[in-house]
Amino acid sequence: MPKAQSALLAQADKTGEELAFTRPRSLADRATHYCPGCHHGIAHRMVAELLDEMDLAPRTIAASSIGCSVFLYNYIQVDTVESPHGRAPAVATGIKRARPDKFVFTYQGDGDLASIGMAEIMHAANRGERLSVVFVNNTVYGMTGGQMAPTTLIGQKTTTCPGGRCKDREGSPIRMAEIISQLGGTAFCARGSLDSVKNIRQAKKYMRQAFEAQTRGLGFGFVELLSGCPTNWRLSPVAANKRITEEMVPYFPLGVYKELEGDATCGSLIGAGEGK
Amino acid sequence: MAGSDRIFVKGNEAIAMGALDAGCRCFFGYPITPQNDIPEFMSRAMPAAGGEFVQAESEVAAANMLLGAGACGIRAMTSSSSPGMSLKQEAISYMAGSEIPAVVVNMNRGGPGLGDIGPSQGDYFQSTRGGGHGDYRLLVLAPSSAQEAYDMTRRAFDLAFTFRSPVLILGDAIIGQMKEPIVRCPATKADPAEGRDWRLEGTGSGKKPRAHRIIKSLYLMDGELAGQNKKLQAKYDGWKALAEFETFEVGDAELVVVAFGSIGRIAKNAVRSLRRKGKKVGLFRPKTLYPFPSMALEKLAKAGKRFLTIEHNLGQMVEDVRLSVRRHADSDLFCVYPGNMPSPDDFEAPILRALGRK
Repeated sequence: MPKAQSALLAQADKTGEELAFTRPRSLADRATHYCPGCHHGIAHRMVAELLDEMDLAPRTIAASSIGCSVFLYNYIQVDTVESPHGRAPAVATGIKRARPDKFVFTYQGDGDLASIGMAEIMHAANRGERLSVVFVNNTVYGMTGGQMAPTTLIGQKTTTCPGGRCKDREGSPIRMAEIISQLGGTAFCARGSLDSVKNIRQAKKYMRQAFEAQTRGLGFGFVELLSGCPTNWRLSPVAANKRITEEMVPYFPLGVYKELEGDATCGSLIGAGEGK
Repeated sequence: MAGSDRIFVKGNEAIAMGALDAGCRCFFGYPITPQNDIPEFMSRAMPAAGGEFVQAESEVAAANMLLGAGACGIRAMTSSSSPGMSLKQEAISYMAGSEIPAVVVNMNRGGPGLGDIGPSQGDYFQSTRGGGHGDYRLLVLAPSSAQEAYDMTRRAFDLAFTFRSPVLILGDAIIGQMKEPIVRCPATKADPAEGRDWRLEGTGSGKKPRAHRIIKSLYLMDGELAGQNKKLQAKYDGWKALAEFETFEVGDAELVVVAFGSIGRIAKNAVRSLRRKGKKVGLFRPKTLYPFPSMALEKLAKAGKRFLTIEHNLGQMVEDVRLSVRRHADSDLFCVYPGNMPSPDDFEAPILRALGRK
């Protein structure tokens, strides 16, 4: 436990007050580079809480991605390798195959995962890699300044679709949870939202299940989180939350898209004895 | 060399065996001619050795899987051929930047574009100048026989982990597809402690978990990236002593032919044939392309030799030869165009021409 927290606890003991809320051990005690109202902070905390609650942190290796969450390793205190843009599921595949005893997760945004990294996410899911993927969908490229993402809603204005996304010109927003749920190796797939306390609590349950899909050896675990980007949406944090509720949720319905029960199944590999 | 130990294999298989015997336990591949024997061999060998084989969805993914396994300190490899190598450069640049050890094999085929599936040395620049974006180098080993392919691949793993760098084996369709006898050495396993100072494995439980480790190539703060580039350059400078080469009949030679890989071997036959005719010619064959054996070449230049570079491209290594000998000599160039298959006879005339040119 960080020193600051121990001191707080000691102080609480003396005064007889109960300390109800502390920083998860896996979350660094430092300011983040995220904008006011950004939901990465909530998503980070959720990951850190689960790593602690499930006692996974000591054996966790993360594959960070490119985008606003590129500095994941500064905030979530687990061994981390930085992946090229979109490649985190491939990097994580390499990690998990090399160290199947470790807990491996990626944390990716919608530009990273649903655009440049579409092949990597699809095939990692299809192979049933024992990985957990946290997918933060805020319908925009955040780090680079608010360009159109594959998840940008029809009519949404961005710096590269200044007149609003047009279906005939730029195609429809991609629904990743629906796609991932269709693949054979996916053991758990759900979409949650970070726009309200109720939804945040539900999203954490989904994330736990995505982690458990790996720890139970069932297959690929995927959780999509609808998130706000007030800066690039040009909205206040409150208005951004409202946009998630009113515009994103109807297009990206919340819920569990796939939940596999039972034991892991895998065909036997052709080994040394084959062909003799 | 006991006869019973000799096996008759393709160069591609020799590379796969070299990797297996060096303790490689993860292989990530993608089909492309002329290197398919490597992933095919590994698809059986890796599971049998308790390791992992993944046929990736793309060359890009295969190289990034290699990055992930390497970050865990596991001996891992990928292989490809020229068009596939273009795709792998992204991850190779990241591995160089974040100092992740890995072995990459390129069985060079003709280019540019889709080119052909025959031999070529057209990827010399890509191999020796880094290949991807940014300032970095790879250790590049260039075998000219199946035995060398085996030996160099084995050694590549030790080099990769010693220097925390990707190491490239640059062969071609001739080396990969030609069958020759090789002798395998007893297999070794990777030292379980290899990379324990930096590899990712979790912070560990117990009372005192260590601080979390970050393997990355992003350095945004003022001066950070310059520091990392300086560190990398110091590493590359330190590789100079690793330069290796073969010389043949250079002692009294007036003209030294410089050629590498399969072309080096074909040129050797031409030199041998010309020696029988009394011509004072020799051969210098770089076995490491980076570091390039510049000092040894310069020494020959200082001794008054003249040079002819022969390569299976439009003239790439010749730039390194000229840089090496520039204070004392120059180098002629004879190119075999990718798409053509050279024979020793093809080389005799250009060697004689260069010999006669005073």
